[in-house]
Amino acid sequence: MSEIAADGTPLVAPPEPRRAPITMIGPVAWARENLFANWWSTAITLAMIYLIVKFAVSFVSWAFLNAVWVVPVSPQGIANTEACRALKGVGACWAVITEKHRFILFGTYPYEQHWRPLIVCLLFIGLYIVSAMRRFWRWELALVWIGVLTLIGVLMWGGILGMPYVPQERWGGLPITLILATFGLAFAFPLSILVALGRRSRLPAIKALCVLYVELIRGVPLISLLFMASVMFPLFLPEGLNIDKLLRAQIAIILFAGAYLAEVVRAGLQALPRGQYEAAEALGLSYWKKTGFIILPQALRLVIPPLVNTFIGFFKDTSLVLIIGIFDLLTAGKTAIIEPAWQGFGVEVYITLGLIYFCFCFAMSKYSSGLEAEFNRHRRR
Amino acid sequence: MSGASTDPRLLRKAPPRPLRISWSDERFRNIVYQVLVVAAVLTLFGWLWSNTRYNLEVRRIATGWGFLSREAGLPIGEHLIDYDPSMSYFRALLVGVLNTLKVAIIGIVLATVLGTLLGVARLSRNWMLAKFAGAYVEIVRDLPLLLQLLFWYSLLQGLPGPRQAFNPVTGVFLSNRGLKLPYIQWEAAHSWALLAFVVGVVITYFYRRAARAKQMRDGQIRPIWPFALAAILGLPLLVWAALGAPFTPDVPELRGFNFRGGLDVSPEFFALLLGLTLYTAGFIAEIVRAGILAVSQGQWEAAQALGLPRGRVMNLIVLPQAMRVIIPPMTSQFLNITKNSSLAVAIGYQDIVSIANTTLNQTGQAIEGIAIIMLVYLTISLSISLFMNWYNKRIALVER
Repeated sequence: MSEIAADGTPLVAPPEPRRAPITMIGPVAWARENLFANWWSTAITLAMIYLIVKFAVSFVSWAFLNAVWVVPVSPQGIANTEACRALKGVGACWAVITEKHRFILFGTYPYEQHWRPLIVCLLFIGLYIVSAMRRFWRWELALVWIGVLTLIGVLMWGGILGMPYVPQERWGGLPITLILATFGLAFAFPLSILVALGRRSRLPAIKALCVLYVELIRGVPLISLLFMASVMFPLFLPEGLNIDKLLRAQIAIILFAGAYLAEVVRAGLQALPRGQYEAAEALGLSYWKKTGFIILPQALRLVIPPLVNTFIGFFKDTSLVLIIGIFDLLTAGKTAIIEPAWQGFGVEVYITLGLIYFCFCFAMSKYSSGLEAEFNRHRRR
Repeated sequence: MSGASTDPRLLRKAPPRPLRISWSDERFRNIVYQVLVVAAVLTLFGWLWSNTRYNLEVRRIATGWGFLSREAGLPIGEHLIDYDPSMSYFRALLVGVLNTLKVAIIGIVLATVLGTLLGVARLSRNWMLAKFAGAYVEIVRDLPLLLQLLFWYSLLQGLPGPRQAFNPVTGVFLSNRGLKLPYIQWEAAHSWALLAFVVGVVITYFYRRAARAKQMRDGQIRPIWPFALAAILGLPLLVWAALGAPFTPDVPELRGFNFRGGLDVSPEFFALLLGLTLYTAGFIAEIVRAGILAVSQGQWEAAQALGLPRGRVMNLIVLPQAMRVIIPPMTSQFLNITKNSSLAVAIGYQDIVSIANTTLNQTGQAIEGIAIIMLVYLTISLSISLFMNWYNKRIALVER
């Protein structure tokens, strides 16, 4: 207890409020805490700074300072890549992207009609954004999907409204990747719900069929399914009935994704407390009413983050159609550097393709972790 | 409520009810539904089967497994067992299976090590290390594996030729012909030493079990490492020395336009291994991180309050609990490496998919070719998941 005068003021003048030492607050303290906590941490920090600076300097000089952005092209359309070859790897040859970007994005689609696949890509992106917003999570969203997917079909094929007809063999690039991923998703998701319900069913025959389907598909690589689609499918069908290659690959992807999504959905069904099932039965609801109104809305909500993660994996896996020669984004990129003039510039093309894939996947992954944080808010103390 | 004296009325079952042939009987409905579904599936498969039979006949495609014993005539660059193109298709496919297993096993080991390091690094208190690991994981997981494989492969192909090869350490060369590593000339003594190593590991395992059992009885902790060191390192060294300690290094050398000697890692294998390892390590890092985070802070504090040193806390308290969370998703990552190794076909590494694909192109027997691929992967997948389930059951929480 300090001495206090009769009028309440302390006898000893209160000390000036002292500032904390510079090493305890602000950026210095932060650096001490997080970068130089002990000699081990300091060594790691210094080593990493050295490596990152070294890498960054060499990357910048390769990708920007020494890079060649344009090369002359002869009137016959043959590029003169001597400027690029002269670099001998010290600089990037971005000219391959300047020259080939339309081909990489849209494949062999007729050049003057490129606005159509461009609009298709934008429509897809718009569809993703709308589907991601929670205020649009209503049954009407399914109608929007049907409408937009039909519109996309009309734009790609054409043949009406003055748009010339473009056969499916000439489609390519980014639209194919988006079509495979989106249509795959649109069909695999309902399939996966049915299979997941079947796997939890009390009917032994249905359960056995679903278990067999899921385990068989998950036990083999996607490539083997794609091979099956490309070489075995034609044997399965009666004579005269021919399904084109893209559709066959699409079916393989749907079957593949359906099995993986079914496991995610099943996890949600299992995580739901038994009381929900029992309460719904006590109300006298039939199986489908119980499932549609009580179980699925809650179970699907529980698994949205892992579902989005599965979608990401599945979006990346569409690139595997390269192996059976379907012209998606990756195949278009790989084909662009087959031309003798551009041979050996794979690294530049793959970096560009990587950026495109990364944009889509990174957006989805950020979205998924955002949702997860939001759904878990009630759990945090 | 005690379990011993349950009300006998609760144990009584409902009296059996006769099945009524009526739509209002649930059991009857269920049987009808199942019969309908199974009939539909069988009809579909029957239809596909009859189409296939017809198509095979019309196109004069042979069926059966006779082709397996015919001469393959397909060259394979890398083989773990003796092989040349005059051998049978069966032998070629076997080489493919071994190549798949080779890349999968090495990939699993490397990805686990790298992934664990990255997962721990993401939780490091060093900001820079944590951010670096986080950025790595994010980038690697958001790019298709096939793209990464093609990237590494074209990067390796863009390297200078053998004459200008990178030579970071004596005996290690990196060029567009792949990676060359120094090796030793393998002799019988080395095989014996390897066998002694395996024996040492087995002996150590049993020694550890016995030590644990003794500890359970008298509470004394017995150090295991001196024995382990002697058995795992000492025994092979002793065997090697007893057999004359042969040691002839086999260092790769540039002769003319290519290298001679040493251990040869082909660009295809190297690109595939690099891609698989770096990709899967990103996923494993996330699993390890989640596993460590799943052990609550209270467990650390309680263990420290008991006076356990930090290393023991990690070994005895945290890791066993984290493992329960880590093992199941880790299993699926191991399966993924194995299945993803099938992408080898895109960069020309001859795994089972690549060889079966060539086989089905040469013989035209698509069904058999694809059946072989699926059978091989199903077998591998089932074995890995059986093993991991067994291990998981061993470490799972024993609840009442």
